[in-house]
Amino acid sequence: MLRIVHVVVFVKFVPEPQGTPTLGPDHLLVREGAEGALDPGDEYGLELALRLTEEQGGEVTAISMGPEDATAAVRRALAMGAAGALLVTDPVLRGADALGTARVLAAAAGRRPFDLAIAGVESTDGYTGTVPVTVAELLHIPSVTAVRSLEVSDDGIRTERQTETGTETVAAPLPSLVTVTAGAIEPRYPSLKGIMAAKSKPFETLSLADLGVDTALVAPEQRVIEVTEIPPKTAGEIVGADEGVARIADLLSEAKVI
Amino acid sequence: MASVWVFAPVSAEGAHPSAFELLTKARSLSDDVAAVALGPGASGASESLGRFGAPRVFVSDDSVFADHGAAPAAEALTSLVAEHLPALVLFPTTYEGRDVAGRLQAKLGSTLMSNATDVPALDRARTEIFGGTKVVDVELGGAEPRLVLVRPRSFAAEELAGAPAPEVVQVPADVPDEAKTVRVLERNEGSESGVKLEDARVVIAGGRGLGGPDAFSMLDELAAAIGDAAVGASRAAVDAGWVPYRYQIGQTGRTVKPEVYLGVGVSGALQHVVGMKGAKRIVAINRDAEAPLLKMADLGVTGDLFQIVPALTEEIRRRRSG
Repeated sequence: MLRIVHVVVFVKFVPEPQGTPTLGPDHLLVREGAEGALDPGDEYGLELALRLTEEQGGEVTAISMGPEDATAAVRRALAMGAAGALLVTDPVLRGADALGTARVLAAAAGRRPFDLAIAGVESTDGYTGTVPVTVAELLHIPSVTAVRSLEVSDDGIRTERQTETGTETVAAPLPSLVTVTAGAIEPRYPSLKGIMAAKSKPFETLSLADLGVDTALVAPEQRVIEVTEIPPKTAGEIVGADEGVARIADLLSEAKVI
Repeated sequence: MASVWVFAPVSAEGAHPSAFELLTKARSLSDDVAAVALGPGASGASESLGRFGAPRVFVSDDSVFADHGAAPAAEALTSLVAEHLPALVLFPTTYEGRDVAGRLQAKLGSTLMSNATDVPALDRARTEIFGGTKVVDVELGGAEPRLVLVRPRSFAAEELAGAPAPEVVQVPADVPDEAKTVRVLERNEGSESGVKLEDARVVIAGGRGLGGPDAFSMLDELAAAIGDAAVGASRAAVDAGWVPYRYQIGQTGRTVKPEVYLGVGVSGALQHVVGMKGAKRIVAINRDAEAPLLKMADLGVTGDLFQIVPALTEEIRRRRSG
């Protein structure tokens, strides 16, 4: 069986899902001072990477691009068990679009050979869902998206992925990139030991210049020109279970569906 | 005239319905519209793509486009784009659409916008953010073609009256070996029975609150009692493996706009909300009075769903027989 030596996991720092996001005058998300965390969707890919390397040796590197606050997300990845981390942070990258982000992540991942790169299917804040595949194309490696389970075989990986209508079994050689769905496996909580150990693990912070990426390659080609508020829906009524059954049936009658 | 293309995922059953929606929109943006359909079923789908407004359809029925992931389609599109120079390529938001568009943006260096709900001009896309509380208009710059992934059901599909049979242009399937390293070994198609989610007048969605796969039979019974109803799910329920992906309503998944949406044990994560907020009436059943879905519902019922749902099924049966 092939041996996995190095797994790269892309992780993202996202605004706290329960928080209230706001836009600044430049139409960009206000990230300063906003509560944030490791994207919960990224923990599944991390867990998958950690289990793979725990079973057969090798190590996991967490790679992220984001504001300086993103350190918190990367630290959590280290606390869960990643051996090292790389954060690309640069004021120039504020408002980067999907292609610019992918170019940065591809350059960061390309610094050291890896066997497998893992990302979430989509981020929990932007839901763009294209960055990992673009990274794969930039690195000229295969990609398999929406993976629910993965095993290493003699000549690469075998995965079970979701499709529009069912599932597929898909094989790919290494190195490859996969995106994993949430829920396939239960991510671990960082242990106290893991949190303590994270403090002494290698954690590199690079600027765009450090990475050797030209600023022209990350200039966003998408510009927000107008933001319009949609008036909030007037809140409906909330009733208890006793009254609820008849009220739902009434509503279905009014809608002429029963 | 700047041309607008629509990437149409195809299967033996024909073109993905989103392709017809995108062609309807493309017609309003340009007189020069084409569809690209790659994989088994493409030729068979070309006539219907023509009816919805594609006077020209680029096709290949070659299985290379179905058996090796998105890379072969991205290769073929790259060559087609270099030859014909479209200004804009529209993709439906499906896994396949995302994968092909994602690879294409790297190959072309073109900007790719995700999750669009409208395309007002060749260099403009509109999207909704923060759970649909804000509409954002985005200007697309950089090299043509601009690439836009559009959410399903953003436009109503309309046939073009008197559309002639489309010109069918064969696409070469000589994909380089590097683009064929991913291999699909086996396909397990789920079968969909009963009313389609998109067509049902009532959609009943199950969420994490159901606690397991068995509780979905309770929703099936409620749907049967109502009649014109279909059962869907939130991503949490699908990710947990309780129901297949085809049940999923939301950002990745299906978009429904029924007369009545009934969320059972669904918290109302943004992922899910964007797929159902177009419902005429929203009803939520949840134990947690703080669940976001209860706050946006026309009628929220707090309590034990395992008592409420069977009681509701009984009540509907009683009213129908009465």
